[in-house]
Amino acid sequence: MTERVPILQIGNVLLVSIQTDLDDQSVMLLQDELAAEVVETGAHGVVIDITAVDIVDSFVGRMLATIASISRLLDAQTVVVGMRPAVAITLVELGLSLGGVRTALSLDKGLRLLERARAESLEEPEPDAAAGPGADGVGPDAAAGL
Amino acid sequence: MNGASSASQTLEITANAGVVQARQRVRALAQQCRFSLVEQTKLITAASELARNTLIHGGGGTMTGGLVEERGRRGVRLVFDDRGPGIPDVDLALTDGWTSGAGMGLGLSGSKRLVDEFLLETVPGQGTTVTVTKWAR
Ligand SMILES: Nc1ncnc2c1ncn2[C@@H]1O[C@H](COP(=O)(O)OP(=O)(O)O)[C@@H](O)[C@H]1O
Ligand SMILES: [Mg+2]
Repeated sequence: MTERVPILQIGNVLLVSIQTDLDDQSVMLLQDELAAEVVETGAHGVVIDITAVDIVDSFVGRMLATIASISRLLDAQTVVVGMRPAVAITLVELGLSLGGVRTALSLDKGLRLLERARAESLEEPEPDAAAGPGADGVGPDAAAGL
Repeated sequence: MNGASSASQTLEITANAGVVQARQRVRALAQQCRFSLVEQTKLITAASELARNTLIHGGGGTMTGGLVEERGRRGVRLVFDDRGPGIPDVDLALTDGWTSGAGMGLGLSGSKRLVDEFLLETVPGQGTTVTVTKWAR
């Protein structure tokens, strides 16, 4: 019985709010659909609201980390919002640090974090232009400077 | 079946829905035992990992869960049982990050940290039984 979690689009941000205890197949479906939606809409941010989620095990944890890395590759940022304190404590003891996943305490803070991240990334030079002096990329010039 | 209380119930874990049901059953038991929110969360998370192992690695099996009382303490005991391939190298399987498949390799080692008592019995070719207990504080 696969459940489909609705994906909302608000401006350039995709918003997902997990409201039920999803089985593993539904979790995988959500991961695939979110990746497809990021590509289709060109969204620059993904917000996953887990306020209503009372446990995050290694399967859901991996889904969160995977969505974060996929969106990064597609030039979008992921923020997980509303993680309960008991969930955070348990995740650490389980051994999942979710290092690559940005978190915010509320939806509002998550959206603001995305706005700021977007503004900062637009100020940076394009990756193509980053091989010149002063860039921290490992282009030929950077190597010559050693 | 070691030490599960008389009121314990057995749940079949033969599909993804069984893992969800295991979480719900364990939540009810933890609340009955008046666990704190954090203790509850830890036990349900451990149960979710072990139920998934029963399904994925053990090829399906059962979870038997109930309240236990021992030396004046109250707790929840869960027994995950399968007739699957067993675990050839238990130390390796209990290593953080080790998986024989495509998992995160944190189910066994992580759930062991999340409970108070953890007993893994396995016979290659015959099956695996994991018994965990968490006591109310
Ligand atoms: N019930 C089981 N039956 C057979 N093998 C198991 C069982 N539970 C765990 N294992 C083995 O132990 C390994 C580690 O388990 P776990 O820590 O849950 O990681 P994961 O499930 O992500 O692989 C599994 O990859 C599997 O090889
Ligand atoms: Mg596992």
